[in-house]
Parts: sequence; structure tokens; C-alpha cells
Amino acid sequence: MRLVLVGTSHHHAPVELRERVALDREQAAELAVRLGEAVCLSTCNRTELYVVAEDADDAERRAVDALAELEPEVEQALYRLRDQAAAHHLFRVAAGLDSLVPGEGEILGQVRAAYEAGTPGPLLERVFRQALHAGRKVRAQTAIGESPASVSAAAAALAEQVFGELRGSAVLLIGAGKISGQAARNLRTRGARIAFVANSKTDRTELEAQLAEVDVVVSSTSFSGYVLDAPTVERARRGKQLLLIDLAVPRDLDPAIHDLDGCYLYDIDDLEAIVSETIAGRRGEAERAEAIVAAEADKFHEWQASLDVVPAIASLRARAEEIREAELRKAEGVLGRLDESQRRAVESITSQIVNKLLHLPTVRLKQAAAAADGGVYAEAVRHLFGLGEDER
Amino acid sequence: MAELLFWPALVLYGEAAVGYLGDARRPGAAGRAATWGVRLGWVLQTALLGVQAAREAGFPWGTWAGSLNLFVWLVVGAYLIWGCRKPYRLLGLAVMPLAAALLVVARAGGGTGVGTRSHYSNLFLVLHVGLVLAAFAGFTLAAALSALYLWQERRLKRRETTILRRPAPSLATLDRLASRTVAFSLPALTLGIAVGIARLISSGDHVDALVVATGVTWLIWAGYLALRTTRGWTGRRAAYLALAGFALVIVVRLALPVTHFT
Repeated sequence: MRLVLVGTSHHHAPVELRERVALDREQAAELAVRLGEAVCLSTCNRTELYVVAEDADDAERRAVDALAELEPEVEQALYRLRDQAAAHHLFRVAAGLDSLVPGEGEILGQVRAAYEAGTPGPLLERVFRQALHAGRKVRAQTAIGESPASVSAAAAALAEQVFGELRGSAVLLIGAGKISGQAARNLRTRGARIAFVANSKTDRTELEAQLAEVDVVVSSTSFSGYVLDAPTVERARRGKQLLLIDLAVPRDLDPAIHDLDGCYLYDIDDLEAIVSETIAGRRGEAERAEAIVAAEADKFHEWQASLDVVPAIASLRARAEEIREAELRKAEGVLGRLDESQRRAVESITSQIVNKLLHLPTVRLKQAAAAADGGVYAEAVRHLFGLGEDER
Repeated sequence: MAELLFWPALVLYGEAAVGYLGDARRPGAAGRAATWGVRLGWVLQTALLGVQAAREAGFPWGTWAGSLNLFVWLVVGAYLIWGCRKPYRLLGLAVMPLAAALLVVARAGGGTGVGTRSHYSNLFLVLHVGLVLAAFAGFTLAAALSALYLWQERRLKRRETTILRRPAPSLATLDRLASRTVAFSLPALTLGIAVGIARLISSGDHVDALVVATGVTWLIWAGYLALRTTRGWTGRRAAYLALAGFALVIVVRLALPVTHFT
């Protein structure tokens, strides 16, 4: 059986094209059923079809046709991979190495969902399970997914650097831009609560009163001057710790606030510099992750190659067992005089002889299969031991 | 036997100190190796103390150098409570070089061998030396936490771009852990001093420089807790005060005590 991958991703197609071949969970499941033994992985960055068939060319053609049906233009942006290369690609995808932001965490769940919605047989079962294992291993053994990769996530992570556990921390939102909304969501996800949302109509006294109560301020207004200056913050805080995130351009918060004891002010440039650094760090970790993925791909290759020699090994063992049993039957006259424990000992000894004799040939056959000589060795074994001759 | 245990323990503490330095530059394997160095080194030092205890009829750490050996063991033991957790590995950068250096000093003073028995009673030494050293070990850890606090605060103030790539424990956590450690250590020091003073009065001995310096140390750490609760001294100010208190601990531990038990 051959593994075939046909797909497109953010490396090969712009979003206008990708969105036309994007599939929801139900559509992906239907397409998988139509293709036979298949899994359809469709996310905002990629649509990929993994198909298993005896005839790889036919499987590839059917997969290409299925995607071209959705959008004919996509055919120019498709990549086509087979067997170990396809598995290696899937392992990289699951590990987040093929993502726009290296190590992003969502992809592993998306691979799992695609696998569960697909129609996998033994080969796809194996390759997807191993991909999920590789993804988990990369995240456990490298720091590729540990640091935030967006401004909003960085703001929340900074709050954790100051306050630790954010459960119970209070957040003051000034204005409501898109990024500040995302930052607020990130803070809420980590346990913080939005204590107050201030806008242009909020009274100054009310704003200062809220400032004294909160731990984090996220500001994003279109106001041209400073919404908060250093003396106001100093008056309200009295030395207590406060993290201020200024996402506005022009800036909302007086830069002098950062010089106050216990106050930490980060503007959009500071956050973007931190995100660039964390992404660079992820790329550094990606080298270690690539090594883990390559090792998993090698294991898959060995497993897939061993499938070629499994029938020969099974026939060889069956033939040996058949001979052993026949010889024991021939010796029935002698063995009949033995008691039960002596008979069991003879059974055990003959089985051990057979197993020990066949152990090395079995190992060597699997090794040869991994080195691409499996077919030749399997044929030699069939010829030498006369396997399958009765059927012929 | 003591020799066979001392050297591997010292090597492992040294390895941990170097490992933590490597971990600060590139987090990962070096940090894990360092943590194992601390664990195994501490186990070996525990065995060393066990051998010393088994060979002596009395309390074997009553001398200046012997008490330093016990002090190192207590500091590393206290560090192990948090040090094995990934975010606190950086703490090892402050604790382990100090532990390795003090262990060398303890050996130079003969505190890691056998046959250095004091003429004081066992119960007195266990209570006085044990409690004072346990408190000092706690203060050392609190000072290390405070140093880590100041380092982390400086990173936040300088808006270092690597702050999330190499995260440290949060400011709030470090501040809280330091104050808790002091809150546990101060009663031990108080009790240890009380036992020492009771003996001093009963024997009619003089107050020496070490006793005075220990009293000042007590005042600083008591002030740390008092200022924290009454005047809201947390964060940077509390961290600086903890470092000042630790400087006195070092003076008391290394500079003054040579004649205290003679």
C-alpha cells in the first residue's frame, strides 16, 4: 500500500486561493469517504489530502481532481508527496514546523480532528498516530511553543511575569481597539477579570479611582494626547505594582510612567520587539524539532518497509512450525511413552530450536526491508524454503 | 570514607554551578544536568554528614568549619524545595557557586572530616547551632530569591526583548516566597539566640563580637518583616533589605565565628 499526499498551503497559495479550497469538518469527512482510505486536513493555512491505495498514481489523480473540483486554479499550487516524504511532511505539520509561526499550538488539535473525521485504514492510522506523537514530543522536548507569538499574547505573558498567577487580577481597558480586545481575551483566558472599560465619556475621577484598584491597564484609544500621565498614575498607585500596555498610536500613556517605582509600561513597539525575539527563539528551537521529526520519519519508513517482508516472514514461520509438528507426530510412538511433563519439555525444546533458528533471518529481513532490499530478500527466502510452492 | 564522599559532592555542586550558568545562556540540557548535580551532590553530602555523625559520640558540627559544612547542607536542602522546578533554576546560579565555595572553606577548616568534637553539650549544640544555621540557610535562600527579584525587575524596566523567551518566576512570586522564607527562618533564629543567651548567662561567659553581629542580623530580618507588614515595604526595597541582611549573615558565618566555640 502507498501513502499519497496532495495539498496546498500558505507556502504555495495566497489566502484568496486557499479560502476557496478550505473545507469545514463535515465537508472534509465527506471528501475522505469519497476517496476511500483517506484523511483531509483543512485549516486556514492549508488543505491537504492523505490517501492510501495500491496504485499511487491513481490515488494522486483522484486527490488532485477532488481539489480541482473545488477550485480549478489550485492545481498549479499543489504539492504532491509520497510514502516517507508524505509522512515526514505530516510530522512537520503536526510539530508546527510548517506553520506560519513556528511551533504554533493549534495545529496539533487540528491534525487530531482531521484524523478522527477521516476514514483511516492501518497505514493512515499508523502515520497519523505517529504524527500526533511527534507533535507532542517536539513540544515536550523543545521550547518551540513556549513563548507567545502575537502582541496580544505577549501582553498577557508579560502580566504573568509581573503578577504570576493572574487569577483574581483586575484589568482596566481604556478604549476598545481590535488588538486590545485580543489582549483582554488573552488576559481573561489566564484568569484575569476585566474590572472596568473606560471610554471617552468616562469621568477623570472615575478613571483615577479605577486605576488605584487594578493590576493591568490596556489602553488603545484614538485620543491625540496622553490619557494618563505620570503624576496621575503615581498619585493613584502609591508604589504598588502596575503593568501598563499601550497599544495606541499615537501613544495614550505618558512614557515617564515607566520610571515610577513598581510601574512597567510597554508600548506597541516594545511588544513587537519581544514577539520578534520569541519568534526568532522558536526558529532556533525548530532545528532541534526538525531532528526529532526526521527520526520519527525514519521510524515510519522502517515500519512501512517491514510490511513488504511480513508475508515472507509469516510463511517462513508457518512452514517451520508445520515441519516441527510433523516431526513430532512421526515420533509419536516414542513420545507416547513419555509422561505429560516430559512431553511438554519436548514441545518446548523443539519450539525454542525453531524460534532461535528463525530469529536472525527475521531480523535481517526487516533490516533489508528498511534498506530497500526487502523485496529481493523476501523472494530469496521464498525460493530457498520453497514457500508458496504448494499454492502454485 | 568522609573523603570519598566529600570530593564527589563538591564536584557535583561545582558542576551544578557551571550547569546553571550554561542554562542561563541556553535553557535546556545544562539546567537539567545542573539540577541532577544538586540532587546527587546533596545526597552525597547527607551521607558525609551521616558518616561524621556515626563516627562521633557527640555533635560533630560544633566547630566553625563543621557548622559551615552543616550550613551548606541546609542551604542546598532548602534550595532543592524549589530549585528542581524549571522557572526557579536561575536561583541555582546564586545558590550553587556559594554552596560550592563554602564547602571548600569548610573543608579547609577541617569541618568535613571526623574527630573535631566540641566541649559543649550535645543538646545545646543541636538547639543553638542547628536552629541558628537553619535560620541562616533560610535567610540565604531569601536573599537569593531577592537577588532574582532585582534581576527580573531590571529586565522588566529595561524592556529586555528576551524576557518571554527566557522567563523567570514572576515578581509577585519571588517577593512572596522571600518573605515567607524569612517568616519561617526568623523564629528559628530567635529560638537559637535565646538558647545561646541562656547558656551565656548560666556559664557567666562574655558577649563576643559574633553574638553582637547575630543580634544585629536578627534586627535587620525582624525589621524586614515589620516594615513589610506595617509600612508596605515590598518589592525592590524589601529585596535590597534582604541583601543587606544576607551580607550580615555572611559576616557572621565567615568573618567572626572562629573563636566562638573555643
